[in-house]
Amino acid sequence: MIEATGLTKRFGNIEAAKDVSFIARDGEITGLLGANGAGKSTCLRMLYGVLTPDGGKACIDGIDIRGETSKARAHLGVLPHAAGLYNNLTARENIRYFGSLHGMSAQRLESRTAQLSQALGMEAFIERRAKGFSQGQRIKVALARALVHDPGNVVLDEPTNGLDVMAIRNLREMLLALKQEGRCVLFSSHVMQEVAALCDRVVIIGHGRVLADATVQEIRERSGTATLEEAFLQVLGDTEGVS
Amino acid sequence: MRTLFIVFAKEFLENLRDRRTLLSALLFGPLFGPILFGLMVSRMLEQSVVESEVPLKLTISGSHYAPGLTQYLKARGVKLKFSELSENEARAAVRGGVSQVVLLVPEEYPQLFAASKPAPLLLFADSADSQTRKIADRARGILGAYGSTIAQLRLELRGVSPLLSLPVAVNEVDVATPTGRAVVVLGFMTYFVLFALLMGGLYLAIDSTAGERERGSLEALLSLPVARSALVGGKILATCAYMCISLALSLTAFVCVFRFVPLERIGMSANLGLKTALIFFGICLPFVPLGATLMTFVASFTRSYREAQTYLTTVLLVPTLPIAFASIYSLKPTSSLMFIPSLSQHLLMTSVLKDEPIFLPDVLVSAAASLGLALLLFVLTARHWRRETMLG
Repeated sequence: MIEATGLTKRFGNIEAAKDVSFIARDGEITGLLGANGAGKSTCLRMLYGVLTPDGGKACIDGIDIRGETSKARAHLGVLPHAAGLYNNLTARENIRYFGSLHGMSAQRLESRTAQLSQALGMEAFIERRAKGFSQGQRIKVALARALVHDPGNVVLDEPTNGLDVMAIRNLREMLLALKQEGRCVLFSSHVMQEVAALCDRVVIIGHGRVLADATVQEIRERSGTATLEEAFLQVLGDTEGVS
Repeated sequence: MRTLFIVFAKEFLENLRDRRTLLSALLFGPLFGPILFGLMVSRMLEQSVVESEVPLKLTISGSHYAPGLTQYLKARGVKLKFSELSENEARAAVRGGVSQVVLLVPEEYPQLFAASKPAPLLLFADSADSQTRKIADRARGILGAYGSTIAQLRLELRGVSPLLSLPVAVNEVDVATPTGRAVVVLGFMTYFVLFALLMGGLYLAIDSTAGERERGSLEALLSLPVARSALVGGKILATCAYMCISLALSLTAFVCVFRFVPLERIGMSANLGLKTALIFFGICLPFVPLGATLMTFVASFTRSYREAQTYLTTVLLVPTLPIAFASIYSLKPTSSLMFIPSLSQHLLMTSVLKDEPIFLPDVLVSAAASLGLALLLFVLTARHWRRETMLG
């Protein structure tokens, strides 16, 4: 479970996140929806502890990310916005590097890699160097890298960016599988269809603030529109009217 | 500690597969210096040997006014080219490069010479041209010798002992050892060694910092439950490893090159065998972590590979500065200079080349100063890595 409580972050005069609070539960997919520059990445970065919030708190399975960073991170798999691989290493070596930095034993690493390789369909290229990988292959390796230590929580920042239709489909299946395994999945996106198709809960972010936090169904009902897109526009429209 | 080793092993392996790193660390860096150096030194030596053997060529004008001088020059093996030039023509000939050096005997020469008064001679040369300057120097030497021969003859004719005109007899005693003389030539070899050492780690320092960021793998790495100091420490360690390899290769190459450079032809010997190479390695070893942390520190602040490259080429020049100062002020190794990294290594290596004794305290101070500075830079680098601006 991932909890954000009153997260606030300023960069100079810009308030990138203001009093952001939400909960992403285990066995659910939570979508962080917002336009480009709405503050999604800033929020996620505070959750996995590479940015220090100016105010508020982030907890992973109840562990404060600021207080016990390493312990909290052991429960967390991260797929950042830029999920580059080491081109001169094979897919397996890329995964192994992160696994060993998580302190995994060689044996456990071996079995876990085999498991992920099968689950993500990486057998064909697991021993190849990452240099010539397609975007779809890259995202698989990056995801495997984030999941190698078998974390209960997974954070993904715009994971579908730059992927083709097939790769997006694959990713969607992977996320659903993670949910089935009872993990807490939190991902950000600016594509509404994606969020609508996948998420149990949606947190809509605009101008660094939480504008809505509900199930897809609830948001639709509340706004009285048929699609999430219209609901989304309405939510955004409201705030623009307010501010 | 475990993290340190994991990062080290990964960076080492990854760069072992990178052609650019390998070429610069294991080929260009270590070989560029020795080969260039070998070529340069042999060319220089060839030239200096050849110059003293080649007869002096001189264009002489108005030789009929000074038959005695002409005879003397011929007897001394000077190759004379006879021509008749006015003063302006002689000037134009030298300036235009038709003749390198022109000796002009004026019309009034025989009259003044006979009257035992200073007889004028005009020597035209271009002192801005190092080649003709050397010829002019040699010509001046021979003319001076002719002058003193005549002076002595005149004194003898007047019944005065020519020894009276020699109140002092200066005998120069050159105490330079053959190796000492070679050091003048070999002095800047130490820079090539330090250059190769830095070159070895250059690309790894860039790749593991700016490269990691540009590739987009940095954020994932930074969100792992490991100490940032261990991450950057492992990277620096891998950089050090490549620098050591590069240093060892460079010294090996120098040892090989010196087998072929004909230093002994001008009475020099280079004290660079396997043992010296090992001593050099020991002297330079403390400079390795300093170079690695310095490059990693600078590269950590850059946004991209290209930017890092720009800054680090400047860093490559940093060790030249103290060495350049040392040669400008011709500094002798003193204990206080051992506190300056790169300069201390340069001075120690030069001493070894000269066959001079080096003192253990100096070596220790040199090592401690380099390692101390490396530690300071490491602390600063680790602190920068802990900042959130590291994400870029």
